[in-house]
Amino acid sequence: MIDIKNLTIKKAGEMLKNGEITSVDLVSACLLNIEEKNKELNIFLEVFSDVLDQAKKADEMIKSGRGTALTGIPIATKDNILINGRKVSAGSKMLENYTATYDAFVIEKLKKAGAVLIGRTNMDEFAMGSSTENSAYGPVKNPIDPTRVPGGSSGGSAGAVSVGMALGALGSDTGGSIRQPASFCGLVGMKPSYDVVSRSGVMAMASSLDQIGPFAKNSEDAKIIFDCIVGKDEMDSTSVPLRGLASQLEARPLSGKIIGVPREWLADGIDKEVLQNFEISLEKLKKVGYEIKDISLPYSKYALAVYYILMPAEVSTNLSRLDGVRYGLRKEGENVFDTYSKSRSVGFGSETRRRIILGTYVLSHGYYDAYYNKAWKVRRAIAKEYEDIFKTVDFVATPTTPTTAFKFGEKSDPLQMYLCDIFTVPANIAGVPAISIPSGVSEEGLPTAIQFTGPLFSDESLFAIEQDLRENI
Amino acid sequence: MEIKDIERLAELAKIELTDTEKENLLKDLDGILGYVKQIESVEVKDVPPTYISKNVWREDIARQDLAEKEFSYEEIIKQFPDAQDGFVKVKKIL
Repeated sequence: MIDIKNLTIKKAGEMLKNGEITSVDLVSACLLNIEEKNKELNIFLEVFSDVLDQAKKADEMIKSGRGTALTGIPIATKDNILINGRKVSAGSKMLENYTATYDAFVIEKLKKAGAVLIGRTNMDEFAMGSSTENSAYGPVKNPIDPTRVPGGSSGGSAGAVSVGMALGALGSDTGGSIRQPASFCGLVGMKPSYDVVSRSGVMAMASSLDQIGPFAKNSEDAKIIFDCIVGKDEMDSTSVPLRGLASQLEARPLSGKIIGVPREWLADGIDKEVLQNFEISLEKLKKVGYEIKDISLPYSKYALAVYYILMPAEVSTNLSRLDGVRYGLRKEGENVFDTYSKSRSVGFGSETRRRIILGTYVLSHGYYDAYYNKAWKVRRAIAKEYEDIFKTVDFVATPTTPTTAFKFGEKSDPLQMYLCDIFTVPANIAGVPAISIPSGVSEEGLPTAIQFTGPLFSDESLFAIEQDLRENI
Repeated sequence: MEIKDIERLAELAKIELTDTEKENLLKDLDGILGYVKQIESVEVKDVPPTYISKNVWREDIARQDLAEKEFSYEEIIKQFPDAQDGFVKVKKIL
Protein backbone atom coordinates (compact mmCIF):
# COMPACT_ATOMS: atom_id res chain seq x y z
CA MET A 1 0.00 0.00 0.00
CA ILE A 2 1.22 3.49 -0.84
CA ASP A 3 2.43 5.48 2.18
CA ILE A 4 0.57 8.75 1.53
CA LYS A 5 1.87 10.28 4.75
CA ASN A 6 5.43 10.22 3.41
CA LEU A 7 4.77 10.76 -0.26
CA THR A 8 5.15 14.16 -1.94
CA ILE A 9 3.01 15.45 -4.79
CA LYS A 10 6.13 15.73 -6.89
CA LYS A 11 7.14 12.10 -6.34
CA ALA A 12 3.57 10.86 -6.81
CA GLY A 13 3.38 12.84 -10.05
CA GLU A 14 6.53 11.15 -11.35
CA MET A 15 5.25 7.71 -10.38
CA LEU A 16 1.92 8.39 -12.10
CA LYS A 17 3.70 9.54 -15.22
CA ASN A 18 5.98 6.49 -15.29
CA GLY A 19 3.02 4.20 -14.81
CA GLU A 20 4.34 2.85 -11.48
CA ILE A 21 1.06 3.71 -9.76
CA THR A 22 -2.36 4.97 -10.81
CA SER A 23 -4.51 7.75 -9.41
CA VAL A 24 -6.96 5.04 -8.34
CA ASP A 25 -4.14 3.56 -6.20
CA LEU A 26 -3.41 6.95 -4.64
CA VAL A 27 -7.03 7.73 -3.92
CA SER A 28 -7.66 4.24 -2.53
CA ALA A 29 -4.75 4.69 -0.10
CA CYS A 30 -6.20 8.03 1.04
CA LEU A 31 -9.65 6.49 1.46
CA LEU A 32 -8.18 3.75 3.63
CA ASN A 33 -6.58 6.35 5.92
CA ILE A 34 -9.85 8.26 6.03
CA GLU A 35 -11.79 5.14 6.91
CA GLU A 36 -9.32 4.28 9.62
CA LYS A 37 -8.94 7.69 11.26
CA ASN A 38 -11.59 10.19 10.23
CA LYS A 39 -14.05 9.12 12.88
CA GLU A 40 -11.58 9.96 15.62
CA LEU A 41 -9.94 13.04 14.07
CA ASN A 42 -13.08 14.58 12.47
CA ILE A 43 -11.07 16.00 9.55
CA PHE A 44 -13.48 15.54 6.63
CA LEU A 45 -17.07 16.74 6.82
CA GLU A 46 -17.72 14.88 3.58
CA VAL A 47 -15.70 12.57 1.38
CA PHE A 48 -17.08 12.82 -2.15
CA SER A 49 -18.76 9.64 -3.36
CA ASP A 50 -17.30 9.92 -6.87
CA VAL A 51 -13.60 10.16 -5.95
CA LEU A 52 -12.73 6.87 -7.62
CA ASP A 53 -14.50 7.98 -10.80
CA GLN A 54 -12.53 11.22 -10.70
CA ALA A 55 -9.35 9.16 -10.27
CA LYS A 56 -10.22 6.93 -13.25
CA LYS A 57 -10.73 10.00 -15.41
CA ALA A 58 -7.40 11.36 -14.25
CA ASP A 59 -5.70 8.08 -15.11
CA GLU A 60 -7.11 8.32 -18.63
CA MET A 61 -5.87 11.90 -18.86
CA ILE A 62 -2.35 10.76 -17.89
CA LYS A 63 -2.44 7.84 -20.33
CA SER A 64 -3.39 10.12 -23.18
CA GLY A 65 -0.44 12.39 -22.41
CA ARG A 66 -2.52 15.35 -21.24
CA GLY A 67 -1.44 15.09 -17.61
CA THR A 68 -0.32 18.09 -15.55
CA ALA A 69 1.66 18.23 -12.29
CA LEU A 70 -1.61 17.77 -10.38
CA THR A 71 -3.41 15.22 -12.54
CA GLY A 72 -4.60 12.33 -10.40
CA ILE A 73 -3.37 13.94 -7.16
CA PRO A 74 -5.92 13.83 -4.30
CA ILE A 75 -6.48 17.34 -2.95
CA ALA A 76 -8.68 18.24 0.03
CA THR A 77 -10.51 21.56 0.06
CA LYS A 78 -11.74 23.64 2.95
CA ASP A 79 -15.50 23.68 3.48
CA ASN A 80 -15.79 27.36 2.52
CA ILE A 81 -14.72 26.86 -1.12
CA LEU A 82 -17.56 26.27 -3.59
CA ILE A 83 -17.70 23.18 -5.79
CA ASN A 84 -20.64 23.19 -8.17
CA GLY A 85 -23.38 20.76 -7.13
CA ARG A 86 -21.76 19.86 -3.81
CA LYS A 87 -22.63 20.80 -0.27
CA VAL A 88 -20.58 23.58 1.28
CA SER A 89 -21.31 24.64 4.85
CA ALA A 90 -18.39 26.79 6.07
CA GLY A 91 -18.49 24.68 9.23
CA SER A 92 -21.83 26.26 10.12
CA LYS A 93 -25.33 24.98 10.88
CA MET A 94 -26.53 27.98 8.92
CA LEU A 95 -25.43 26.35 5.65
CA GLU A 96 -25.75 22.70 6.62
CA ASN A 97 -27.90 21.92 3.58
CA TYR A 98 -26.55 24.48 1.17
CA THR A 99 -25.38 23.26 -2.23
CA ALA A 100 -22.99 25.37 -4.30
CA THR A 101 -24.33 26.55 -7.64
CA TYR A 102 -20.98 27.27 -9.28
CA ASP A 103 -17.27 26.43 -9.03
CA ALA A 104 -14.84 28.71 -7.24
CA PHE A 105 -12.08 29.98 -9.53
CA VAL A 106 -9.52 27.81 -7.72
CA ILE A 107 -11.77 24.75 -8.13
CA GLU A 108 -12.12 25.40 -11.86
CA LYS A 109 -8.34 25.49 -12.03
CA LEU A 110 -7.91 22.26 -10.03
CA LYS A 111 -10.52 20.48 -12.13
CA LYS A 112 -8.88 21.61 -15.34
CA ALA A 113 -5.53 20.31 -14.06
CA GLY A 114 -7.12 16.92 -13.40
CA ALA A 115 -6.70 16.98 -9.61
CA VAL A 116 -8.97 14.63 -7.65
CA LEU A 117 -11.17 16.59 -5.23
CA ILE A 118 -11.38 14.18 -2.37
CA GLY A 119 -13.68 15.96 0.05
CA ARG A 120 -14.44 19.05 2.11
CA THR A 121 -12.55 19.61 5.31
CA ASN A 122 -13.76 20.73 8.73
CA MET A 123 -13.05 24.28 9.88
CA ASP A 124 -13.95 26.95 12.42
CA GLU A 125 -17.38 28.32 11.56
CA PHE A 126 -17.05 30.83 8.69
CA ALA A 127 -13.25 30.60 9.16
CA MET A 128 -13.34 32.32 12.54
CA GLY A 129 -10.99 30.72 14.99
CA SER A 130 -7.50 29.38 15.63
CA SER A 131 -8.32 25.86 16.80
CA THR A 132 -11.39 24.50 14.85
CA GLU A 133 -13.17 24.36 18.21
CA ASN A 134 -15.73 26.73 16.68
CA SER A 135 -16.92 24.25 14.04
CA ALA A 136 -20.62 23.43 14.34
CA TYR A 137 -19.63 19.85 13.52
CA GLY A 138 -17.18 19.35 16.39
CA PRO A 139 -13.46 20.11 16.55
CA VAL A 140 -10.71 18.52 14.46
CA LYS A 141 -8.07 16.67 16.45
CA ASN A 142 -4.41 17.16 15.72
CA PRO A 143 -3.12 13.92 14.16
CA ILE A 144 0.25 14.39 15.87
CA ASP A 145 -1.38 14.50 19.31
CA PRO A 146 -5.18 14.06 19.35
CA THR A 147 -5.46 15.74 22.76
CA ARG A 148 -4.41 18.97 21.04
CA VAL A 149 -5.94 21.30 18.47
CA PRO A 150 -4.71 21.25 14.86
CA GLY A 151 -4.86 25.04 14.70
CA GLY A 152 -7.42 26.93 12.69
CA SER A 153 -9.39 27.93 11.00
CA SER A 154 -8.23 25.56 8.22
CA GLY A 155 -7.52 22.79 10.76
CA GLY A 156 -9.20 20.07 8.69
CA SER A 157 -7.11 20.82 5.61
CA ALA A 158 -3.90 20.75 7.68
CA GLY A 159 -4.92 17.52 9.41
CA ALA A 160 -5.79 15.85 6.09
CA VAL A 161 -2.32 16.40 4.64
CA SER A 162 -0.54 15.66 7.90
CA VAL A 163 -2.16 12.26 8.40
CA GLY A 164 -2.17 11.11 4.76
CA MET A 165 -5.81 11.57 3.79
CA ALA A 166 -4.78 13.80 0.87
CA LEU A 167 -1.48 14.83 -0.74
CA GLY A 168 -2.23 18.53 -0.60
CA ALA A 169 -5.01 20.86 0.44
CA LEU A 170 -6.49 24.30 0.03
CA GLY A 171 -7.29 26.58 2.93
CA SER A 172 -8.19 30.21 3.36
CA ASP A 173 -6.15 32.69 5.41
CA THR A 174 -7.66 35.89 6.78
CA GLY A 175 -5.33 36.35 9.74
CA GLY A 176 -3.25 33.19 9.77
CA SER A 177 -5.78 30.43 9.09
CA ILE A 178 -3.41 28.57 6.76
CA ARG A 179 -0.04 29.32 8.36
CA GLN A 180 -1.01 28.65 11.98
CA PRO A 181 -2.52 25.16 11.38
CA ALA A 182 0.40 24.37 9.03
CA SER A 183 2.68 25.26 11.93
CA PHE A 184 0.76 23.07 14.42
CA CYS A 185 0.66 20.10 12.04
CA GLY A 186 4.25 20.22 10.74
CA LEU A 187 3.45 21.35 7.20
CA VAL A 188 4.26 24.14 4.78
CA GLY A 189 1.37 26.62 4.50
CA MET A 190 1.35 29.73 2.39
CA LYS A 191 -0.73 32.89 2.20
CA PRO A 192 -0.27 34.52 -1.21
CA SER A 193 -0.11 38.26 -1.85
CA TYR A 194 -3.60 39.76 -1.62
CA ASP A 195 -5.09 39.84 -5.13
CA VAL A 196 -3.05 37.11 -6.85
CA VAL A 197 -5.42 34.19 -6.17
CA SER A 198 -9.04 34.90 -7.04
CA ARG A 199 -11.52 34.92 -4.15
CA SER A 200 -14.40 34.12 -6.44
CA GLY A 201 -16.27 31.22 -4.89
CA VAL A 202 -14.69 31.34 -1.45
CA MET A 203 -17.20 32.42 1.18
CA ALA A 204 -16.28 35.93 2.19
CA MET A 205 -15.26 36.42 5.81
CA ALA A 206 -13.29 39.68 5.72
CA SER A 207 -12.95 40.57 2.07
CA SER A 208 -9.98 42.93 2.35
CA LEU A 209 -7.95 40.23 4.14
CA ASP A 210 -9.07 36.81 2.80
CA GLN A 211 -6.77 34.77 0.56
CA ILE A 212 -6.83 31.14 -0.58
CA GLY A 213 -3.56 29.23 -0.36
CA PRO A 214 -1.93 25.79 -0.28
CA PHE A 215 -0.99 23.23 2.38
CA ALA A 216 1.67 20.67 1.53
CA LYS A 217 4.52 18.66 2.99
CA ASN A 218 7.19 20.88 1.45
CA SER A 219 7.57 24.00 -0.64
CA GLU A 220 7.89 22.21 -3.98
CA ASP A 221 4.48 20.65 -3.45
CA ALA A 222 3.00 23.90 -2.16
CA LYS A 223 4.33 25.67 -5.23
CA ILE A 224 2.78 23.07 -7.55
CA ILE A 225 -0.63 23.85 -6.01
CA PHE A 226 0.04 27.59 -5.96
CA ASP A 227 1.08 27.58 -9.64
CA CYS A 228 -2.22 25.88 -10.47
CA ILE A 229 -4.54 28.25 -8.58
CA VAL A 230 -2.80 31.58 -9.19
CA GLY A 231 -4.12 33.85 -11.94
CA LYS A 232 -6.19 36.86 -12.80
CA ASP A 233 -9.94 36.40 -12.69
CA GLU A 234 -12.58 38.83 -13.88
CA MET A 235 -14.98 37.51 -11.25
CA ASP A 236 -12.85 38.94 -8.41
CA SER A 237 -12.85 42.72 -8.47
CA THR A 238 -9.41 42.92 -6.80
CA SER A 239 -7.67 40.24 -8.86
CA VAL A 240 -4.31 41.03 -10.48
CA PRO A 241 -1.99 38.82 -12.56
CA LEU A 242 1.12 37.74 -10.62
CA ARG A 243 3.03 36.58 -13.64
CA GLY A 244 5.02 39.26 -15.31
CA LEU A 245 4.99 41.69 -12.40
CA ALA A 246 8.22 43.61 -12.21
CA SER A 247 8.68 43.36 -8.45
CA GLN A 248 9.10 39.58 -8.50
CA LEU A 249 12.46 38.39 -7.29
CA GLU A 250 14.20 35.68 -9.23
CA ALA A 251 13.20 32.33 -7.75
CA ARG A 252 16.75 31.09 -7.03
CA PRO A 253 19.48 31.41 -5.90
CA LEU A 254 18.57 33.33 -2.78
CA SER A 255 21.86 33.18 -0.91
CA GLY A 256 23.09 36.67 -0.29
CA LYS A 257 19.58 37.83 0.50
CA ILE A 258 18.92 39.67 3.72
CA ILE A 259 16.47 38.40 6.33
CA GLY A 260 15.17 41.00 8.79
CA VAL A 261 14.16 39.95 12.31
CA PRO A 262 11.95 42.28 14.39
CA ARG A 263 13.60 41.47 17.72
CA GLU A 264 11.16 43.68 19.65
CA TRP A 265 8.38 41.16 18.86
CA LEU A 266 10.29 38.28 20.37
CA ALA A 267 10.81 39.75 23.83
CA ASP A 268 8.14 37.82 25.70
CA GLY A 269 5.17 35.49 25.47
CA ILE A 270 6.93 32.96 23.24
CA ASP A 271 7.63 29.32 24.12
CA LYS A 272 11.31 28.70 24.76
CA GLU A 273 11.48 25.83 22.28
CA VAL A 274 9.70 27.82 19.56
CA LEU A 275 12.29 30.55 19.96
CA GLN A 276 15.19 28.09 20.09
CA ASN A 277 14.16 26.39 16.85
CA PHE A 278 13.63 29.79 15.27
CA GLU A 279 17.21 30.79 16.07
CA ILE A 280 18.54 27.44 14.83
CA SER A 281 16.75 27.94 11.51
CA LEU A 282 18.26 31.40 11.13
CA GLU A 283 21.72 29.95 11.84
CA LYS A 284 21.23 27.36 9.13
CA LEU A 285 20.24 30.00 6.63
CA LYS A 286 23.24 32.09 7.62
CA LYS A 287 25.48 29.14 6.80
CA VAL A 288 24.14 28.94 3.26
CA GLY A 289 24.74 32.62 2.64
CA TYR A 290 21.72 34.55 3.91
CA GLU A 291 22.44 37.64 5.94
CA ILE A 292 20.44 38.13 9.17
CA LYS A 293 19.71 41.66 10.33
CA ASP A 294 17.77 43.12 13.24
CA ILE A 295 14.94 45.41 12.21
CA SER A 296 12.22 47.44 13.88
CA LEU A 297 8.56 47.53 12.82
CA PRO A 298 6.95 49.92 15.31
CA TYR A 299 3.56 50.30 13.58
CA SER A 300 3.16 46.61 12.84
CA LYS A 301 2.95 45.68 16.50
CA TYR A 302 -0.51 47.24 16.34
CA ALA A 303 -1.54 44.91 13.49
CA LEU A 304 -3.54 42.57 15.73
CA ALA A 305 -5.49 45.47 17.26
CA VAL A 306 -6.20 46.82 13.76
CA TYR A 307 -7.23 43.32 12.70
CA TYR A 308 -9.76 42.92 15.52
CA ILE A 309 -11.47 46.10 14.40
CA LEU A 310 -11.47 45.75 10.60
CA MET A 311 -12.09 41.99 10.48
CA PRO A 312 -15.26 41.95 12.65
CA ALA A 313 -16.53 45.03 10.80
CA GLU A 314 -16.23 43.17 7.51
CA VAL A 315 -17.62 39.97 9.06
CA SER A 316 -20.73 41.71 10.34
CA THR A 317 -21.29 43.15 6.87
CA ASN A 318 -20.53 39.96 4.90
CA LEU A 319 -22.65 37.71 7.11
CA SER A 320 -25.66 40.02 7.01
CA ARG A 321 -26.69 38.21 3.83
CA LEU A 322 -27.39 35.12 5.91
CA ASP A 323 -30.88 36.01 7.07
CA GLY A 324 -32.82 32.90 6.11
CA VAL A 325 -34.22 34.43 2.94
CA ARG A 326 -32.21 33.45 -0.12
CA TYR A 327 -30.30 30.50 1.25
CA GLY A 328 -29.33 28.74 4.40
CA LEU A 329 -31.32 27.90 7.45
CA ARG A 330 -34.69 29.55 8.00
CA LYS A 331 -36.48 29.48 11.32
CA GLU A 332 -39.95 30.91 10.96
CA GLY A 333 -40.90 33.72 13.32
CA GLU A 334 -43.98 35.86 13.75
CA ASN A 335 -42.98 38.41 11.13
CA VAL A 336 -40.20 39.00 8.65
CA PHE A 337 -37.82 40.62 11.17
CA ASP A 338 -38.52 37.97 13.74
CA THR A 339 -37.68 35.37 11.09
CA TYR A 340 -34.31 37.07 10.42
CA SER A 341 -33.45 37.06 14.13
CA LYS A 342 -34.59 33.51 14.79
CA SER A 343 -32.75 32.15 11.72
CA ARG A 344 -29.52 33.94 12.60
CA SER A 345 -29.71 32.95 16.25
CA VAL A 346 -30.21 29.26 15.52
CA GLY A 347 -27.79 29.24 12.56
CA PHE A 348 -24.74 31.02 14.02
CA GLY A 349 -22.44 29.68 16.72
CA SER A 350 -21.15 31.77 19.62
CA GLU A 351 -17.85 32.99 18.10
CA THR A 352 -19.64 34.09 14.93
CA ARG A 353 -22.20 36.00 17.00
CA ARG A 354 -19.44 37.57 19.09
CA ARG A 355 -17.68 38.90 15.99
CA ILE A 356 -20.89 40.12 14.40
CA ILE A 357 -21.76 42.05 17.57
CA LEU A 358 -18.21 43.42 17.83
CA GLY A 359 -18.28 44.45 14.16
CA THR A 360 -21.65 46.10 14.59
CA TYR A 361 -20.22 48.05 17.52
CA VAL A 362 -17.10 49.37 15.78
CA LEU A 363 -19.19 50.42 12.80
CA SER A 364 -21.89 52.10 14.83
CA HIS A 365 -22.48 55.81 14.97
CA GLY A 366 -20.21 57.49 17.51
CA TYR A 367 -17.48 54.82 17.39
CA TYR A 368 -16.88 54.61 13.65
CA ASP A 369 -14.20 57.30 13.60
CA ALA A 370 -12.41 56.19 16.74
CA TYR A 371 -12.26 52.54 15.71
CA TYR A 372 -12.91 51.83 12.06
CA ASN A 373 -11.41 54.91 10.46
CA LYS A 374 -8.47 55.01 12.85
CA ALA A 375 -7.77 51.33 12.18
CA TRP A 376 -7.63 52.01 8.45
CA LYS A 377 -5.16 54.82 9.01
CA VAL A 378 -2.93 52.55 11.08
CA ARG A 379 -3.34 49.83 8.46
CA ARG A 380 -2.01 52.22 5.86
CA ALA A 381 0.95 53.03 8.10
CA ILE A 382 1.66 49.32 8.53
CA ALA A 383 1.51 48.67 4.79
CA LYS A 384 3.90 51.58 4.23
CA GLU A 385 6.20 50.28 6.96
CA TYR A 386 6.47 46.91 5.19
CA GLU A 387 7.03 48.62 1.87
CA ASP A 388 9.87 50.62 3.40
CA ILE A 389 11.49 47.74 5.28
CA PHE A 390 11.64 45.72 2.07
CA LYS A 391 13.93 48.39 0.66
CA THR A 392 16.54 47.27 3.19
CA VAL A 393 15.78 43.54 3.66
CA ASP A 394 14.44 40.84 1.35
CA PHE A 395 12.35 38.96 3.91
CA VAL A 396 11.04 39.38 7.43
CA ALA A 397 11.27 36.32 9.69
CA THR A 398 9.40 35.54 12.93
CA PRO A 399 8.12 32.34 14.50
CA THR A 400 4.74 31.50 12.91
CA THR A 401 3.05 31.14 16.28
CA PRO A 402 4.15 31.91 19.84
CA THR A 403 3.41 28.35 21.03
CA THR A 404 3.13 24.80 19.77
CA ALA A 405 -0.32 23.18 19.39
CA PHE A 406 -2.32 23.72 22.57
CA LYS A 407 -4.85 21.48 24.31
CA PHE A 408 -8.59 21.61 23.72
CA GLY A 409 -10.30 24.17 25.92
CA GLU A 410 -6.98 25.76 26.90
CA LYS A 411 -7.85 29.12 25.37
CA SER A 412 -11.40 29.67 26.50
CA ASP A 413 -10.95 33.44 26.78
CA PRO A 414 -11.48 34.90 23.28
CA LEU A 415 -8.67 37.44 23.61
CA GLN A 416 -6.18 34.69 24.54
CA MET A 417 -7.26 32.81 21.42
CA TYR A 418 -6.89 35.94 19.28
CA LEU A 419 -3.33 36.45 20.51
CA CYS A 420 -2.34 33.17 18.77
CA ASP A 421 -2.37 35.14 15.52
CA ILE A 422 -0.01 37.89 16.65
CA PHE A 423 2.73 36.96 14.12
CA THR A 424 0.49 35.93 11.22
CA VAL A 425 -1.95 38.85 11.11
CA PRO A 426 0.53 41.55 9.93
CA ALA A 427 0.91 39.94 6.48
CA ASN A 428 -2.86 40.09 5.93
CA ILE A 429 -3.02 43.67 7.14
CA ALA A 430 -0.18 44.69 4.80
CA GLY A 431 -1.44 42.46 1.96
CA VAL A 432 1.96 40.83 1.50
CA PRO A 433 2.73 37.12 1.03
CA ALA A 434 3.96 34.90 3.86
CA ILE A 435 4.89 31.25 4.30
CA SER A 436 5.09 29.00 7.35
CA ILE A 437 7.87 26.42 7.29
CA PRO A 438 8.58 23.67 9.84
CA SER A 439 11.54 24.61 12.05
CA GLY A 440 11.80 21.47 14.17
CA VAL A 441 9.95 19.80 17.01
CA SER A 442 9.61 20.44 20.73
CA GLU A 443 10.66 17.95 23.39
CA GLU A 444 7.10 16.65 23.39
CA GLY A 445 7.36 16.02 19.66
CA LEU A 446 5.16 18.94 18.64
CA PRO A 447 6.11 20.86 15.48
CA THR A 448 7.43 24.42 15.64
CA ALA A 449 7.56 26.75 12.65
CA ILE A 450 9.24 29.81 11.21
CA GLN A 451 7.41 32.35 9.08
CA PHE A 452 8.87 34.36 6.22
CA THR A 453 7.12 37.42 4.88
CA GLY A 454 8.16 38.95 1.57
CA PRO A 455 7.40 42.09 -0.41
CA LEU A 456 4.18 42.32 -2.38
CA PHE A 457 4.22 39.86 -5.30
CA SER A 458 7.38 38.08 -4.13
CA ASP A 459 5.29 34.92 -3.68
CA GLU A 460 7.49 32.62 -5.73
CA SER A 461 10.71 33.43 -3.90
CA LEU A 462 9.15 32.45 -0.56
CA PHE A 463 8.97 28.81 -1.64
CA ALA A 464 12.71 28.63 -2.25
CA ILE A 465 13.64 29.43 1.36
CA GLU A 466 12.04 26.23 2.60
CA GLN A 467 14.18 24.21 0.23
CA ASP A 468 17.32 25.93 1.50
CA LEU A 469 16.29 25.14 5.07
CA ARG A 470 15.35 21.53 4.39
CA GLU A 471 18.48 20.77 2.42
CA ASN A 472 20.63 22.07 5.26
CA ILE A 473 19.12 20.31 8.23
CA MET B 1 -20.56 49.34 27.93
CA GLU B 2 -23.66 48.00 29.63
CA ILE B 3 -26.15 45.20 29.05
CA LYS B 4 -28.50 47.59 27.29
CA ASP B 5 -25.75 48.43 24.77
CA ILE B 6 -25.31 44.73 24.01
CA GLU B 7 -29.08 44.44 23.58
CA ARG B 8 -29.10 47.36 21.16
CA LEU B 9 -26.23 45.86 19.10
CA ALA B 10 -27.96 42.48 19.05
CA GLU B 11 -31.09 44.11 17.77
CA LEU B 12 -29.17 45.94 15.03
CA ALA B 13 -27.41 42.72 14.05
CA LYS B 14 -30.68 40.73 14.23
CA ILE B 15 -29.38 38.21 16.74
CA GLU B 16 -31.29 36.93 19.75
CA LEU B 17 -29.32 36.46 22.96
CA THR B 18 -30.11 34.81 26.27
CA ASP B 19 -29.33 36.70 29.49
CA THR B 20 -26.25 34.55 30.09
CA GLU B 21 -25.04 35.21 26.57
CA LYS B 22 -25.49 38.94 27.07
CA GLU B 23 -23.41 38.87 30.24
CA ASN B 24 -20.69 36.80 28.61
CA LEU B 25 -20.60 39.07 25.59
CA LEU B 26 -20.33 42.13 27.78
CA LYS B 27 -17.30 40.62 29.49
CA ASP B 28 -15.73 39.46 26.19
CA LEU B 29 -16.26 42.78 24.47
CA ASP B 30 -14.76 44.66 27.38
CA GLY B 31 -11.64 42.51 27.08
CA ILE B 32 -11.38 42.79 23.30
CA LEU B 33 -12.10 46.52 23.17
CA GLY B 34 -9.60 47.07 25.98
CA TYR B 35 -7.01 45.46 23.74
CA VAL B 36 -7.88 47.15 20.44
CA LYS B 37 -8.11 50.57 22.14
CA GLN B 38 -4.31 50.72 21.99
CA ILE B 39 -4.60 52.06 18.45
CA GLU B 40 -5.97 55.30 19.91
CA SER B 41 -2.46 56.19 21.01
CA VAL B 42 -0.85 55.45 17.65
CA GLU B 43 0.22 58.64 15.97
CA VAL B 44 -0.34 58.59 12.27
CA LYS B 45 -0.10 61.54 9.97
CA ASP B 46 -3.39 63.28 9.52
CA VAL B 47 -4.37 61.51 6.35
CA PRO B 48 -7.82 60.38 5.33
CA PRO B 49 -8.23 56.63 5.79
CA THR B 50 -7.57 55.09 2.40
CA TYR B 51 -9.66 52.00 2.01
CA ILE B 52 -8.21 49.33 -0.21
CA SER B 53 -11.26 48.76 -2.29
CA LYS B 54 -12.11 48.66 -5.93
CA ASN B 55 -15.29 49.16 -7.79
CA VAL B 56 -16.95 45.84 -8.55
CA TRP B 57 -17.44 47.16 -12.05
CA ARG B 58 -13.75 47.24 -12.76
CA GLU B 59 -12.47 50.04 -14.88
CA ASP B 60 -9.90 47.75 -16.54
CA ILE B 61 -12.37 45.18 -17.80
CA ALA B 62 -14.98 45.80 -20.43
CA ARG B 63 -18.10 44.00 -19.27
CA GLN B 64 -18.62 42.31 -22.60
CA ASP B 65 -15.22 40.62 -22.14
CA LEU B 66 -16.51 38.66 -19.19
CA ALA B 67 -16.78 35.01 -20.00
CA GLU B 68 -20.37 33.89 -19.65
CA LYS B 69 -20.64 31.67 -16.61
CA GLU B 70 -23.32 29.08 -16.74
CA PHE B 71 -25.65 28.91 -13.78
CA SER B 72 -28.50 26.51 -13.26
CA TYR B 73 -31.69 28.41 -12.52
CA GLU B 74 -33.20 25.29 -10.92
CA GLU B 75 -30.22 24.73 -8.63
CA ILE B 76 -30.34 28.33 -7.39
CA ILE B 77 -34.08 28.10 -6.72
CA LYS B 78 -33.48 24.86 -4.85
CA GLN B 79 -31.31 26.73 -2.35
CA PHE B 80 -34.15 29.05 -1.32
CA PRO B 81 -35.47 28.05 2.09
CA ASP B 82 -38.95 28.60 0.67
CA ALA B 83 -39.99 29.25 -2.92
CA GLN B 84 -43.09 29.58 -5.00
CA ASP B 85 -43.28 29.68 -8.79
CA GLY B 86 -39.55 30.31 -9.01
CA PHE B 87 -39.52 33.19 -6.53
CA VAL B 88 -38.15 33.49 -3.00
CA LYS B 89 -41.03 33.30 -0.58
CA VAL B 90 -40.91 35.51 2.52
CA LYS B 91 -43.37 36.71 5.12
CA LYS B 92 -45.23 39.86 4.18
CA ILE B 93 -43.34 43.02 5.04
CA LEU B 94 -46.14 45.56 5.29
